[in-house]
Amino acid sequence: MLFGGIDIGSRSIELVVIDENGEQVQSLKADTGFDPMSEADKMIESTRFDQIMATGYGRNLFEVSFDAPTVTEIKAHATAAFHLHNDSYTILDIGGQDSKAIALYETGKIKKFEMNDRCAAGTGKFLEIMAKNLGFSIEDFGDQALLAEKEINISSMCTVFAESEVTSLIGRGESPREIAKGLHDSVVRRAAGMINRVSSGGKIVFTGGVAKNSCMVKMLEKRLEREIVIPENPQFMGALGAALLCRAANTEKS
Amino acid sequence: MSTDYRQMWADMGLDLEAHDALLGVLGQGYGDIYMAQKNRPEGMAYFDFVMSEVHGLRIQELLDEKKAGRKIIGSYCVFVPEEIALAANATLVGLCSGADFAMEEVEKLLPRNTCALIKSAFGFKLGKVCPYLESADMIVGENTCDGKKKAYESLGSLIENLYVMDLPQVKSAQGRELLKAEYIRFKEAVENLTGVTITAESLSAAIETVNAKRKAMHRLALLRKADPAPISGLDALLANQVFFYDNPARFTASVNKICDEVEQRIAAQEGVFAGKTPRILISGCPQAVPNWKLPMIVEGSGAVIVGEESCVGERGTRNLTDNSGKTIDEMIEALVDRYFQVDCAIFTPNKERIDHIKEMAKLYKADGVIHYGLQFCQPYLMEAIPVEKALEDIGLPCLRIETDYSMEDMGQLKTRVEAFIEQIS
Repeated sequence: MLFGGIDIGSRSIELVVIDENGEQVQSLKADTGFDPMSEADKMIESTRFDQIMATGYGRNLFEVSFDAPTVTEIKAHATAAFHLHNDSYTILDIGGQDSKAIALYETGKIKKFEMNDRCAAGTGKFLEIMAKNLGFSIEDFGDQALLAEKEINISSMCTVFAESEVTSLIGRGESPREIAKGLHDSVVRRAAGMINRVSSGGKIVFTGGVAKNSCMVKMLEKRLEREIVIPENPQFMGALGAALLCRAANTEKS
Repeated sequence: MSTDYRQMWADMGLDLEAHDALLGVLGQGYGDIYMAQKNRPEGMAYFDFVMSEVHGLRIQELLDEKKAGRKIIGSYCVFVPEEIALAANATLVGLCSGADFAMEEVEKLLPRNTCALIKSAFGFKLGKVCPYLESADMIVGENTCDGKKKAYESLGSLIENLYVMDLPQVKSAQGRELLKAEYIRFKEAVENLTGVTITAESLSAAIETVNAKRKAMHRLALLRKADPAPISGLDALLANQVFFYDNPARFTASVNKICDEVEQRIAAQEGVFAGKTPRILISGCPQAVPNWKLPMIVEGSGAVIVGEESCVGERGTRNLTDNSGKTIDEMIEALVDRYFQVDCAIFTPNKERIDHIKEMAKLYKADGVIHYGLQFCQPYLMEAIPVEKALEDIGLPCLRIETDYSMEDMGQLKTRVEAFIEQIS
């Protein structure tokens, strides 16, 4: 039997298919776009699985359209992270629209979690908008920030206010790399705050698209003085978690 | 609504167009949230009727009472003793503060970062949509949090008959003296309003009436210990909300009737949800009509609410008044004793509240606690952190949420609540 997991996020949709042993047999990714259900439909058409479970902010839409069970992003990320790194009990997930810190018991069960407020502060979307303002590609944003030679403090956490703060820094003649580093630092401070509220030590598994940003990882490690583990495909962790939970639900039944 | 009340509303000075819009939203919301529930106790039909007539028949009743010479007193807080109003032949009603209304007008008088409850009270006045407020002969404000305290200064310019009650902030002998002095001052103000002198007989009868009302709520609360849950948290919250509006004797009888039915359900092991459904205790800020946002999310996500540690809930109804006193003085002392135990977050320190949360979680067999905080409500948001810590220390999961009356954070809240339910399941 094959088990699917689909993560319908604000920026992208990921689909992962695993076999009965939990081995990944397929993974797909697409932009969410304006019509997430038709995107999801296309992805489902091009894969093969027997059962599927949905997660991400679009999960309830998927549940209605495809009559599939759902799980929250929090449990999905926690499940996938613990599956791949069962000696880590803290997870940080920074996605397009929200960020969360999760603490686990040694059994992998969720002990506590924190989620960002309703705005885009400290999320992938924040970094994406700022990269664009500074003329960097999102893939390159972290590497460029690491080349900064001095520290700039960006105090605004709000995407809208930070944008105007960045404009005034540009006007003052600050270099884009330094501003970029300041922006990363503001996201790191927020993420570290969330982590500290749920757990005080041990390795951290960093998931979600922002985990691919080298500057975020380095600065977080430095700030928290804790080891950070990045899974091979951090963006697929939500989908993998849903697939693993789908497998577990169906194994329990039979 | 069964009868046309438009003339009545127009005579009261309500803005009919805005009021229609409010009733439209309220009716729609009630239908979607309440009538969509399954396996409700039949006795809840009474509350469905009350809600369908909340601005109709009940207002008609109040106006009839007024015609017969009775006075109506409106209040925003559980510290205002209904017993004193009743003893002086007045009716006490809770005033509307559970929905956003006329926000642009409100923000001319209040800063944007004022809690939704205070803004709502202003919105209902400025929008001219609360018939309870308009029918009241006296409106009682009270010095609880800083937000309310200062807001009453502005509300006074909109309402001629505003009376402000001072309240202590420390549970000391001096604090108790202040509460007592304020209750005596309130008694005199009510007597002046009604022209009725409170007697030992009338006060004792009033204490009896309110005790009976609270006793019925205690009975309902204890029945919620059962698994499967015999009544939904939404329905129990509604009973707690209507507690503030309805005729006391009729309310008491209706709640007791529901309790009889709920007892039979428990004996037959029937419930509104399946047995072993995750059980949640809500603790924190009051949820006034029609603020059903959180219970709607919780019970729509596969859990059941088994208690409300709230002013619209057990914090408001806990404890009866000792009615063994023979003189007015003795009875006032008994009232002060009863109300002084209310563990509102305006008190410092307020350890009793944490003890009560733990006690309730244990009694109602809660699997987790959701701390409900209104954005900008400093006292409860501050207490949320030690509450969470105290619960974690006894191994009980706690989710702190901070929200308002708007619907824009529904998606985020739902994700948090669902994840919390996954965590405690």
